Amino acid sequence: MVTSVTNLGRSGLSDWMIQRITGVILLAYTLFIAAVLFIVAPEFAEWKALFGQTWVKVFSLAAVLSVAAHAWIGLWCVSTDYLVTHVLTIKLGPAAGAQANLLRWCFQAAGAIVLFTYVVWGIQILWS
Amino acid sequence: MLNNGPDECDKTVADKRPVNLDLGAMKWPLPAITSITHRISGVILVAGTAVLLWLLDESLTSEEAFNSLRSVLASSLIFKLIVWGVMSALIYHSVAGVKHLCMDLGYGESLEGGITAAKLIIAIAAVLIVLAGALIW
Repeated sequence: MVTSVTNLGRSGLSDWMIQRITGVILLAYTLFIAAVLFIVAPEFAEWKALFGQTWVKVFSLAAVLSVAAHAWIGLWCVSTDYLVTHVLTIKLGPAAGAQANLLRWCFQAAGAIVLFTYVVWGIQILWS
Repeated sequence: MLNNGPDECDKTVADKRPVNLDLGAMKWPLPAITSITHRISGVILVAGTAVLLWLLDESLTSEEAFNSLRSVLASSLIFKLIVWGVMSALIYHSVAGVKHLCMDLGYGESLEGGITAAKLIIAIAAVLIVLAGALIW
């Protein structure tokens, strides 16, 4: 069992499930937006009216929150695979390897700030 | 030999076992390449999301902003390349993601299945990425 203070769901199984659910939401939203853009090809008035509808706002908010959760789990997996002592020691030398925990923590903190910004920005776009 | 001293025992064991797993020193079969590309495209999409949110923000601001986005997309090569790049990452990441969902359902879990799936990912993503490029240009 994966236990860590920085992974999203506190367990590997939970992270796996969240990654699947958010992935399916994002796939559905991507197909929806692609269909609107390439099949309907809206003018501004239609585009604005579409995002004025409550269900589109809710779907879009679900997509933004899914991006944050999905990207957090993804970045956590990548950072805990590569930004670790033995990998950095091989690639950059023992001095970098000794700083692996600090580097990984900074990477994850930067990721958290960026993803939180996306959530706030998304809400602003949808409800302004 | 069982009765060697601890030093010699350590040395013998250390000589036979890999000290660290150096991914760069290993062979890269096709499923490994599609897997690392899935990760790379995912990291690219973290930055790409900023582009997509900015496009959505601008497009909903006003009719002038919406129309100027359109004319920039029709004229600027750099703008086209950025949009195509983000779309390509999104397409690849989506196609490779669907493979994970298929594997969760029990399809493509064998060695041959994994290689076939990797070939399918590349073929489907390539077609969709070219199609996206055709729609932009």
